[in-house]
Amino acid sequence: MERILLKDVDIPNLCEIDVYIDSGGYKALEKALKMTPKEVIEEVKRSRLVGRGGAAFPTGLKWEFTRKEKDEPKFLVCNADEGEPGTFKDRVLMKNNPHLLVEAMVIGGYAIGANKGVIYIRGEYFEEIGRLNKAIKEAREKGYIGEGILGSGFSYELQVYRGAGAYVCGEESALFESLEGGRGCARERPPFPAQYGFMGKPTAINNVETLCNVPAIINNGGEWYSRIGSPASPGTKFFCLSGHVNKPGVYELPTGITLRELIEEYGGGVKGEFKASLPGGVSSSLVTDTDVKLDYKSVADAGSMLGSGAVIVINSSTSIVDVAKSCIEFFVRESCGQCVPCREGTRRANEILGRFAGGKGKVEDIDLLLELGEVMYDTARCGLGQAAMNATISAIKMFKDEFMGRVES
Amino acid sequence: MVALTINGEHVKVPGGTSIMDAAKEVHINIPHLCYLEGLEPYGACRVCVVEVEGERRLIPSCIREVSEGMKVHTHSARVRHARRMLIELLLANHPEDCFTCERNQKCELLKLAYEICVGDVRFEGEKPSFELDETSPSIIRDPNKCVLCGRCIRVCHDVQTVRVIGFANRGPETKVVTLLENGLGNVECTNCGQCIHVCPVGAIKERSCVDEVWTALEDPKKHVVVQEAPAIRAALGEELGLPVGTLVAGKMHAALKRLGFDVVFDTNFAADLTIMEEGNELVGRITGKIKKPLPQFTSCSPGWIKFMEHFYPELMENVSTCKSPQQMFGPLSKTYYAEKTGIDPEKVVSVSVMPCTAKKFEAQRAEMTDSGYQDVDYVLTTRELARMIKEAGIDFLTLPDEPAEPLMGMYTGAATIFGATGGVMEAALRTAYKLVTGRELESLDIKPVRGMDGVKTATVDVDGLEVKVAVAHGLGNARKLLNETKAGKSPYHFIEIMACPGGCVGGGGQPYGFDMAARAIRGEVLYKEDKELTLRRSHENPSIKKVYDDFLGKPLGKKSHKLLHTKYTKREMT
Ligand SMILES: Cc1cc2nc3c(=O)[nH]c(=O)nc-3n(C[C@H](O)[C@H](O)[C@H](O)COP(=O)(O)O)c2cc1C
Ligand code: SF4
Ligand code: SF4
Ligand code: SF4
Repeated sequence: MERILLKDVDIPNLCEIDVYIDSGGYKALEKALKMTPKEVIEEVKRSRLVGRGGAAFPTGLKWEFTRKEKDEPKFLVCNADEGEPGTFKDRVLMKNNPHLLVEAMVIGGYAIGANKGVIYIRGEYFEEIGRLNKAIKEAREKGYIGEGILGSGFSYELQVYRGAGAYVCGEESALFESLEGGRGCARERPPFPAQYGFMGKPTAINNVETLCNVPAIINNGGEWYSRIGSPASPGTKFFCLSGHVNKPGVYELPTGITLRELIEEYGGGVKGEFKASLPGGVSSSLVTDTDVKLDYKSVADAGSMLGSGAVIVINSSTSIVDVAKSCIEFFVRESCGQCVPCREGTRRANEILGRFAGGKGKVEDIDLLLELGEVMYDTARCGLGQAAMNATISAIKMFKDEFMGRVES
Repeated sequence: MVALTINGEHVKVPGGTSIMDAAKEVHINIPHLCYLEGLEPYGACRVCVVEVEGERRLIPSCIREVSEGMKVHTHSARVRHARRMLIELLLANHPEDCFTCERNQKCELLKLAYEICVGDVRFEGEKPSFELDETSPSIIRDPNKCVLCGRCIRVCHDVQTVRVIGFANRGPETKVVTLLENGLGNVECTNCGQCIHVCPVGAIKERSCVDEVWTALEDPKKHVVVQEAPAIRAALGEELGLPVGTLVAGKMHAALKRLGFDVVFDTNFAADLTIMEEGNELVGRITGKIKKPLPQFTSCSPGWIKFMEHFYPELMENVSTCKSPQQMFGPLSKTYYAEKTGIDPEKVVSVSVMPCTAKKFEAQRAEMTDSGYQDVDYVLTTRELARMIKEAGIDFLTLPDEPAEPLMGMYTGAATIFGATGGVMEAALRTAYKLVTGRELESLDIKPVRGMDGVKTATVDVDGLEVKVAVAHGLGNARKLLNETKAGKSPYHFIEIMACPGGCVGGGGQPYGFDMAARAIRGEVLYKEDKELTLRRSHENPSIKKVYDDFLGKPLGKKSHKLLHTKYTKREMT
């Protein structure tokens, strides 16, 4: 299978800049700097690349919006917070090929008109932080970062910022708050980051994986990229396969492969009998159809979301009630505590699900959970609260009998 | 202008208007909890959500600006349903002690629950069990009742710029804390009590001393005297069924007598006394007789004093050494009054009724014992007095007007305007003019220092000397004048600072609410009383002449210095 981002990972010492350059690294940057920023953005738009951090927003469009803003300075921020349970893909990239991200960050900065980039990285990623810092230092020494890069008029600085360890800080606006030294709480939108991001300035924020696609797009053209994988959201995607599979791990595969293919051909099959999957981690809804194609549109059509690609497989000996309970427990802890539906809703749902898990559920609470889920989706400020009940709602809808089985008689 | 429809009605509003404000144009009030007029919108309670056509989710109307062609539905079934559930969620783990809560009948959460028809609380939420913050002599915080609306934080940060409270933790552990959870009594809190006003529930309240006062009143061995600050008469009526803007000085005195106070005086007397001392001090500084810097700052707002001691200790010499009227009255009640009547000062219990929570702190300051006793024993707020009146079954509305005891109860118009922002300045100028020129100031109304502008300035011609004055109310506003002074660039001779927006009429002990219009009206009431009084200059008060003749000697004299002036302490920053 074709790999784009992990193409060169088997090359020894890829983290060193000379090795990276020998394998074709920084060619895309050289090429991009000879294009106009607008042309770079057009190329990315042509690729139809969408964000890999969760929301699947078209990357080229995001860059265009940011570029068009009049306010200065602009920032490019890389979201490397990776706090979602079962997600460890960005880590693989940063650990094995830090220069790929550095190169992408310089290209992105050039495209949107930012002279400063920040990589906000999960605090526990000590090794990756070290590698990124080393890569930035090397890149600066070679003139890929700094004043007048490669003789162009473009100057760019890049910095790594260690996150403070809350999942919600991966949410883009909470991330800005955290970067600015505040509490990691989501902001109201609009205004969106393209108008009001880091330090209140126009900011493009992209996930690590998203950005790492860009050098290949510049090298080979957006047209080339758009033909890989599923036409609706082309390219490759990192799937973090976990749960009841024989070979959990990170797999870079073209979008559009089916859940069955992922599990059988790469994950070594299900441990036990397949029951359901959370294709986009704990924030997503359950799917039971293994024929679902793993691309953003198809998974959404199946009533769930691909998110960051944390595919969790659940076997038939697992209680769905327990699955819902452990998902919501995570959100209770991780809610930033700001808005009522999320702060209060998650813990009330947790109490109710706790009763079901202990065989003391009440029939009327099943509808109450559904109602609560709707209100949380409708009123929570950020994605965390909006999606917190997805697993529970889908669990009730698909496996109601399991809940009924836990009702106190 | 932006055109939109709200519930089908067309409306045009200026760009930048929130949906909530636009809805007012079509006679719709959108329910809300964390939003409060006068504070930045926060958008966290989500109670104000509305449906906007084309949007996937409901939209918080306090924070979302209108846009062209927007179609808004403020009370669709989906919206009403969501609102009910949000309140239901807030009620689920709220302590169920509404009966005994300080906010009984004044709770915004209960009012909302009623108004949006929450019929049932279907969640059984675990009740929180946080420790109370009882470290402050003025204010008690009960995090268990807190709904995390953030209003107190916004008022403390944005309006008062004191910034001693903030959110900590996340998820279910989220709470409002002081630095390192040291408690309000151990941080730079000024005790201004503005946080009490904005809190929608009973999570912040004054430290009550109603029971202690009842005990003193019932003790036959005690002689209980009472004084009431100027701002009480402009607000007490609101707590007892009268509209905002009703002056109740006479009824207030009558009620206090019926509560059993042995003698009812009036802080206004002490306000006139303050002017005598402070006016002389100002003239001394201007003429160079007193070797202290200009501008001179007023010192009657204890919230401002503590703020200065923490944040601007370098301006300490600029602050008048005069005690506040409350603290001038206190020692006089245990010396002058006791001597006059032959009552053992040991038996005198000196109670004050104040619009102010910071005054509770002030009364307990270690240096406030110049009479040989604690000068002021108990400080009641306006709200506490109203409750005592209710508890005693006094029918306030039908009470006759009664005067205070003249010895320390007679007052002039200059004293009564102390309760409004700019009032101390105006009163002081009336007397300072006389002190400098020997003539009376003809036009007594110094309009530029009145009203609700945050910072007000004026220049008064005193026999050719241009006296420049400035007035600030609310500590955020004060900072502008303070920074200017700190930088050595202040053009002013005299600056009045009140910690609370609106002055004492907006003090932390007044009827609940952060309503600037109501505070403005209370101020106007005091200016009206001033206008109607025959005596309007402090130095014209016969009881003031008497206290100097019989007891104090002269302003800034030896006895005055001992009883009526004070020192300040630089306080650490936490
Ligand atoms: C609660 C929450 C947590 C998130 N965590 C991450 C994260 O760890 N990494 C990430 O890239 N995006 C995360 N996102 C998505 C970001 O808000 C944002 O959409 C993303 O960084 C945009 O980049 P993209 O367009 O490249 O996907 C999170 C979103 C939410 C609501
Ligand atoms: S939805 Fe949850 S995480 Fe997001 S802002 Fe609200 S409380 Fe914070
Ligand atoms: S009393 Fe005033 S200074 Fe103290 S916390 Fe409340 S608002 Fe802040
Ligand atoms: S203490 Fe009161 S004002 Fe402050 S956040 Fe809690 S409920 Fe709101």
